[in-house]
Amino acid sequence: MCGSPMIEFILARYNYWIVIILMMAGLYIVFSRGNLIKTIVGLNLFQTSVFIFYITVSKVAGGTAPILISTKADKSYGDDKAPHGADQGGDHGGDHSTDQVADAPADHAAPLSAQDAAAFINGDAANGLEANVPGAAMDPNPADMPSGSLHDMAGVADGNSLLTPTDGGERPAPDLAPAQVDPAEGAASGTDYGAEYAADYPQAASDILYSNPLPHVLILTAIVVGVATTAVGLAIAVRIREAYGTVEEDALEQADNEAEFGPVPGAAL
Amino acid sequence: MNLTSQLPILPVILPMIAAPIAVMLPKGRLPWAWATLVSWVAFAAALALLAHVAQEQVVEYDMGGWASPLGIVYRIDIIGAIGMALVAGMAAVVMPYAKESVLKEVGADQSPAFYSLFLVAFCGLVGVVATGDAFNVFVFLEISSLSTYALVAMGARADRRALTAAFTYLVLGTIGATFFVIGLGLLYQATGTLNMMDLHERLAGQDNRVVRAGFAFIVTGLGLKLAMFPLHKWLPDAYTFAPSAVTAFLASTATKVAVFVMLRFMFTVFGFTFAFMDVAFTLFIILGLVGMFAASLIAVFREDVKQMLAFSSVAQVGYMLVGISFATNAGVAAAVVHVFNHALMKAALFMAVGAVFYTMGSHRLPAFKGLGKRMPFTAGCFVIAGLSLIGVPFTAGFISKYLLIEAAFDATLPVPSLLIVMLIVASSLLAVAYIGRVAYEMFLADPPPDAPKVAVPYSMLVPMGVMTAANIYFGLDAEGLTALAREGASVLMGTSLAVSEFASMMGGAQ
Repeated sequence: MCGSPMIEFILARYNYWIVIILMMAGLYIVFSRGNLIKTIVGLNLFQTSVFIFYITVSKVAGGTAPILISTKADKSYGDDKAPHGADQGGDHGGDHSTDQVADAPADHAAPLSAQDAAAFINGDAANGLEANVPGAAMDPNPADMPSGSLHDMAGVADGNSLLTPTDGGERPAPDLAPAQVDPAEGAASGTDYGAEYAADYPQAASDILYSNPLPHVLILTAIVVGVATTAVGLAIAVRIREAYGTVEEDALEQADNEAEFGPVPGAAL
Repeated sequence: MNLTSQLPILPVILPMIAAPIAVMLPKGRLPWAWATLVSWVAFAAALALLAHVAQEQVVEYDMGGWASPLGIVYRIDIIGAIGMALVAGMAAVVMPYAKESVLKEVGADQSPAFYSLFLVAFCGLVGVVATGDAFNVFVFLEISSLSTYALVAMGARADRRALTAAFTYLVLGTIGATFFVIGLGLLYQATGTLNMMDLHERLAGQDNRVVRAGFAFIVTGLGLKLAMFPLHKWLPDAYTFAPSAVTAFLASTATKVAVFVMLRFMFTVFGFTFAFMDVAFTLFIILGLVGMFAASLIAVFREDVKQMLAFSSVAQVGYMLVGISFATNAGVAAAVVHVFNHALMKAALFMAVGAVFYTMGSHRLPAFKGLGKRMPFTAGCFVIAGLSLIGVPFTAGFISKYLLIEAAFDATLPVPSLLIVMLIVASSLLAVAYIGRVAYEMFLADPPPDAPKVAVPYSMLVPMGVMTAANIYFGLDAEGLTALAREGASVLMGTSLAVSEFASMMGGAQ
């Protein structure tokens, strides 16, 4: 869209730039500010950048929830493994887009043209067939994943990891939000039915932006940790204020130096 | 569901459940008694687990019955079991010591909070070693760190600088943990998994910028947590101003646990297929050696004995890093043995300093004048543990330095082995200088005439004696521990070697 591929490359990854800017700003505040409260603010900013980073990672274009009906599970936890295979495929694609800069022509925000989407889905359907028949979902080895389709999808995914649904066509259509979920699912099912079905809804397929729940869960934990850290940090700052009467680092250092080398004040407050 | 199958979780879950109960107990002795009981039971469980793991080599425990790699799995190999037994053992020994020491330094009114925090820190430290899930490591690291910040700040009654020390520790510790999380996020992006074994399988042969950045973030984050030389800023003040019992516990466990995590990430998660590892190993050997000298030199000129020992801890981390950087079985075994022995000596030393603080109300050098006459037992413990720190034969410190030097000769290194060995020996001489300064004051200087006549309670002397005896015991009979550490190292390296061979057979990518 824009003239230079470089600008496009930068603009398409705006969320990563936000992450980096927040991260650096946060770290800079932590190191440069002498005020303890401002230090904690910087620390929060720094942590927030990580939250955004995880949320960016979790967005999966054209993916769907790896819900499996264990009809062809050959191990006791076969269906446990499968979602990982799905993750695997998606992330493999994500790497491709990171490495192959020039291969990411589509703007992140812009919906695909109908033609593109149909081609992508059909290609994926073909590869989905390959992927499903040998049970690639069970295989943790990235080399076995159908890199062709993932490569194509990487352009759409635009640096994000993406999920390929991996179960076969035996699965019944889900009840919820069929227009949103079905096309990609059908595409991956590897049946003719799936491909046709997907071709009918190319627009919907390109609109799918699936949120992988795991990074959200992780970041929820990290947020809890961050809140706890902030609370402990502020509590210590309050105690420092009580003991020293200031929260400026320079003044604190001076007070300590006086206590160490100058006239010794009374007992610690 | 017999008890053996639940062993891996017991040392983690017991303090976790006990901590909220401790905070609800009435002020006074009861929280202490409760925490002591829990730490002893947890220690017994950790010992049973160690015996079990020594036979089985690796024990896995699926949380909630969810199989790995989907569920969170606790994967305890021999080195992990040594780590858990070490942490639980230190807690069990420090607890009796804490009773009188904490009463004096923190006060009875804060005892429920103190022991509750202590149990939380204990739980976090054990959990870090036990878990086989990378994100779980972060959670446990932060559980232990957050409680540690508060524990350090509790030294404020004795010295208000504990507050600023705790704040610095909080800021740097959080940055370290956040770096670690960023690294994990990148690895997750590259692999789609957080299970350590699973990560290893999927990282095999991957060498792109995402993985490299993830590796760098994780190593830096853990480096902050384990006080790798230029990232050690938080440690000396935190250890100096924390209550004595807290220092004795943290100095022997907190940075050690980070070493165990580093070992896991270096050898279990990343293995040897990863070309970037060599950079890290070179970095470790340089930083380790520089840290050994720089921190020891600073320690020599400290007036505050507690601070001196804290800087010495930074120097000792250098030895562990050097051991890891050899990337051989012997090197890793030496690092693990040194982690263990250093925990023993630093616990004994900080307990002795705590006893001096108990009587004199200061841990500066003048407070140690004439200690050999006034408190012969404490002075004796300090000297024996100090000799162990230097690495004199028949003490634990000698064994680990001997193993380290032996490993240095066997390893293929970018620099000549002899040079490294000479540097290790030379830096030990610096330890002679700073321990010697304290010993001089203790035995050759006259006691101050106004020295208060306070008897140190037996509850403090006995744990100190136990730790000192352990220093001698593990110096005389090191066979068992060494053999266990060697086996543990080969298990740790074996997993990565087996899988990487498999990967090179399959893909031949690297």
